[in-house]
Amino acid sequence: MTVAEAPLLLMLVGLAAYAVLGGADFGAAFWQLGARGERGAALREHAYRAMGPVWEANHVWLVFVLVICWTAYPEAFASIFSTLTVPLFVAALGIILRGTAYAVHAGTAREIERRMIDAVFSLSSILTPFALGTAVGAIASGRVPVGNARGDLVTSWLNPSSLAIGVLAVATGAYIAAVYLAGDARRAGDRELTAAFRLRALAAGIGTGGIAFAALIVVALDAGRVGERLLEWPALATVAASGAAGVLTLALVRRSRFEAARYCASGAVASVVAGWALAQRPQLLPGLTVAEAAAGRPTLIATVVGVALGGLVLIPSLAILFGLVLRGRFDPETATETLAPRLRPSPARRVSLLGVAIALGAVGLLLVLIFDGGALLIAGVIALLGFVALASLAIVSARTATGCRTKW
Amino acid sequence: MTFPIVAAAAPFAPVDQEYLFEARQMQALSFAVHIPIVCFGIAFPAFVLMLEGFWLRTGDPLYRTIAKRWSKVMLALFAVGVVTGTILSFELGLLWPNFMAAFGEVFGLGFTLEAFSFFVEAIFIAIYVYGWDRLSPRAHFLSGIPVLLAGFTGSLMVLTVNAWMNNPGGFALEGGRVTDVRPLEALFGNEYLWHELIHMYLAGYIVAGFLTASVYAWGWLKGRRGRYERVALIVPLTVAALAAPVQIVVGDWAARSVAGEQPTKLAAFEGLYETEAGAPVHLGGWYDGDEIRYGIPLPRLLSLLAFHDPNARVAGLEEVPADERPPVNVVRVAFQTMVGIGFLLAAIGAVYLLVWLRRKQLPRSAWFYRAVVAAGPLSVVALIAGWVTTEVGRQPWVVYGHMRTEAAVTGASGIPVGYASLVLVYAGLLAATVWILRRLARAPVDVQPGPAGVAPLVAGAARPQAGERE
Repeated sequence: MTVAEAPLLLMLVGLAAYAVLGGADFGAAFWQLGARGERGAALREHAYRAMGPVWEANHVWLVFVLVICWTAYPEAFASIFSTLTVPLFVAALGIILRGTAYAVHAGTAREIERRMIDAVFSLSSILTPFALGTAVGAIASGRVPVGNARGDLVTSWLNPSSLAIGVLAVATGAYIAAVYLAGDARRAGDRELTAAFRLRALAAGIGTGGIAFAALIVVALDAGRVGERLLEWPALATVAASGAAGVLTLALVRRSRFEAARYCASGAVASVVAGWALAQRPQLLPGLTVAEAAAGRPTLIATVVGVALGGLVLIPSLAILFGLVLRGRFDPETATETLAPRLRPSPARRVSLLGVAIALGAVGLLLVLIFDGGALLIAGVIALLGFVALASLAIVSARTATGCRTKW
Repeated sequence: MTFPIVAAAAPFAPVDQEYLFEARQMQALSFAVHIPIVCFGIAFPAFVLMLEGFWLRTGDPLYRTIAKRWSKVMLALFAVGVVTGTILSFELGLLWPNFMAAFGEVFGLGFTLEAFSFFVEAIFIAIYVYGWDRLSPRAHFLSGIPVLLAGFTGSLMVLTVNAWMNNPGGFALEGGRVTDVRPLEALFGNEYLWHELIHMYLAGYIVAGFLTASVYAWGWLKGRRGRYERVALIVPLTVAALAAPVQIVVGDWAARSVAGEQPTKLAAFEGLYETEAGAPVHLGGWYDGDEIRYGIPLPRLLSLLAFHDPNARVAGLEEVPADERPPVNVVRVAFQTMVGIGFLLAAIGAVYLLVWLRRKQLPRSAWFYRAVVAAGPLSVVALIAGWVTTEVGRQPWVVYGHMRTEAAVTGASGIPVGYASLVLVYAGLLAATVWILRRLARAPVDVQPGPAGVAPLVAGAARPQAGERE
C-alpha cells in the first residue's frame, strides 16, 4: 500500500462502519413501517429507543467518508458529486427529513401526529440508503467520468447495477437492524419482542442473502471491469467470506445467540465493502487511478496523521458509548433514583470572583484595543473571554442561590 | 448527452451555469438555517453545565431540573444541527465541484479534523442526555465537558476553512493548477482565523443567550415569575449581557484585520468609492455607484475604526476593476444591521448589569422584558447579517483573489428544482423544530424534592407565586 492509498483505506473503514452502524439505524426504521396495533407500538418504541443514543455518532461516519474523500481525492469527489447530483441530493433531503422526524418523534402526543412522523421517518430511512446505494453502483459500474458533471444526469444512477446495490443497501440495513434489535430486546428481558425480531432477522437474513446473490449477478453482467473482477481472486474471497458470515449469522440467530450474531452480521456487510474495493483497485473512476487522484504528499500525510490523532480520542469515546449501550445502562429499566450530589463546603474565597473577572476584562480591553496582532493581542482576547466566563459564574451564582434575597 | 466542445475542455474548466445565482441562494439558505443552530451547539452545553455545576455545589434540585430539561432541548437541536450541517457538506460537492476539485487538498484537512469534533460532540451529548439518573452525578457532569470542548474545536476547524477562503495561503498556482500545498500553514498559519473564531464563538453565546432569555422574558410578561423562571432567565441573560459588549471590542479587531487583508471588502462596508485619507462613515443611506446618498456622515470615523487613526488613508472601491467589487449595498446594509443590532444588544446587557450593580435585582420595568423578548430574534438577524457581510463581501471570489465564484459552480442542470425542494423541506424543518420546542416547553415542570439538609423549594415554585412577585 502506498501513501496515496492510505486515506482510501480510512475511507473504506468509515464506509464499512457507516454501512453497518448507519445501516442498522436505517433498518430499524424499516421495521417500524407497517407495525400496527399495540404490539406494533411496542416494536416501534423499541426501535426508537435502541437508536436514540447512537444514531448521531453513527451518522458522522458518512461525513467522515466525505471529508477524507474531498481532502485526499478532490477531483474524484468533485466528479462524483457533480455527476451524481440527483441521488446524492435525494439522499441529502432524506437525511434532513429523517433527522427532523427523529428529533420531533418524542414530542408526539396524538395518534395522528405519531403516525405522520413515523411515516416520514420510515420512508426517508428507506429512501436515503437506496439513493446512496445507487451512487455506489454508479461508481462501481464506471458511470462517473472525471470532470464537472460530465456523466449523464439520469442513467449514471438509473441502471441495473445502481438499482441492485440500492435495493441491497436497504435490505442489508433491515437485516442488521433485526439482528441488533433482537439482541437489545433480549437484554431488556422482553420475550415477545425478542421472538418478533428473531423471526424478522431470520426472514431478512434469507431475503438479503437472495438479494445479495441476485445483485452479484446483475453487477457481474452490468458493471464491466468491476463486475468481472468481483468473481476473481482476491475480491471473490471476500464475497465468499461475506456469504459464509451471512449463513453463520442465520445459524446463530436461529439458536438465539444474538450477541455473536451481531458481530457476524456486521462482518458480512463489511466484507462486501472490502470486495468492492478489491475489485475496483487501482481505478477510482474510469481513467483515474487512486495514485492519479490523490492529493499532494503533504496533504495525504497530514490527513493520515490527523485521523490517527483523532482516532486516539474517537476510539475510547466510542468504546465508552457502545459499552454503556451494550451493557444496557441506557435501557429505561436501569434508571436509578436521582442520586444526591456529595456536597463539599465551598472554601471561603480570599478574592472575589467578580473582582478577578473585572480585572481581566480591563486588561483584555486595553490589550485588544492597542495591539493589531501578536501574542499580546491574543492574551487580551483570552482575558476578555475569561472575563465573560468568570463574571457569568459570579453573577449567576450570586443571583440564583436559594437564600438570596434578590427579587424580580 | 455530450457536448463536444465541453468534452474537449479540461475536466474542471469553468462551465456556463444559467442558475449560478440560484446555486448561491441555495448555499446561503442552507447556511442561514444551520448557523443559528450552531450557536446552541456552542453555548447551550455551557448553560447546562453551569446549572448542573451549581446543583453539585449547592444540592438545590431546581438547578438540576432546569439543566435536565434544557439538555433535552439541546439534544433535539443537536439532531437538527447534525442533518443541516451534513447538507452543507453535500452542497460543497453538489454545487461547487470545481472549487472542491482545485482546492480540496488545501483546506480539506480542516473538515477532516472537524469530523472528529463532530464525533466527540455526538457521542458525549448522547451519554450526557441519556445518562441522567444512570451515571453518578460527578461522572455525569464530566461527560458534558467534551461536548463543550467539541463545540469550540468544531467552530475552530470550520472557521479555519472560511478564514482560508477569505485570506488564502499555503499553496502556489502554476499554470492554473494548485501546487506546493502546505495544509497546516493554509489553515492554522492564517491571521484571519483568530478574529473570525472569537467573533463567531461569542456570537454563539449572544444568540443562544438572548434567544433563551427571550422565552422566559415572554413568560415574565405573561405573569410566569416563579423561581424556576427567574433562574432560567438569569443564566442565559447574564452570559449574553456580558458577551455583547465584549463582542463590540472583538468586532473592532475584526474590522482592523479586514482593513489590512481585504481592503475592497472594507470599502464595501462603507460604500467608499474614492481612496481617501480621513474617510467618514455614513449611517444609513444608499450607495449609488460612486457615493453614498442620504446617509448621515460621521467624519473620519472609518479611518479611526479601521486603523485607529483618524487621518489614515482608506482604499476605496476604485482600486479594483468593477467586476472585482462585491455588491456594495448588500454588504453595506448587512454590515450596518449587524453593528446597529450589536450596539442595541450591548445596551440591553449594560442596563441589566447596571441595575444589578446598583440595586442587586433584576430590572422591574416591563419595557426591559419587552426589549429582551425582541433581543432574541434580533440577535439572529445580526448573526445572519454578519455572515452576509463577510461572505457577500468576499464576492466575486470563492477563494479570495484566486477563484471566482462562477468558475466554481457545477455544470449539472436542475438547480432550480433542487432549490425549490430544499425550500420546502426546510420550511417543514422549521415548522417541526418550533413545534417540538413548544412541546418540550409545555411538559410539566417536575422539581424533585431536595435531599435532606437542603432547603426545599417553595411548593409550586415553577408557577407564579404571589409572595415571589414584585
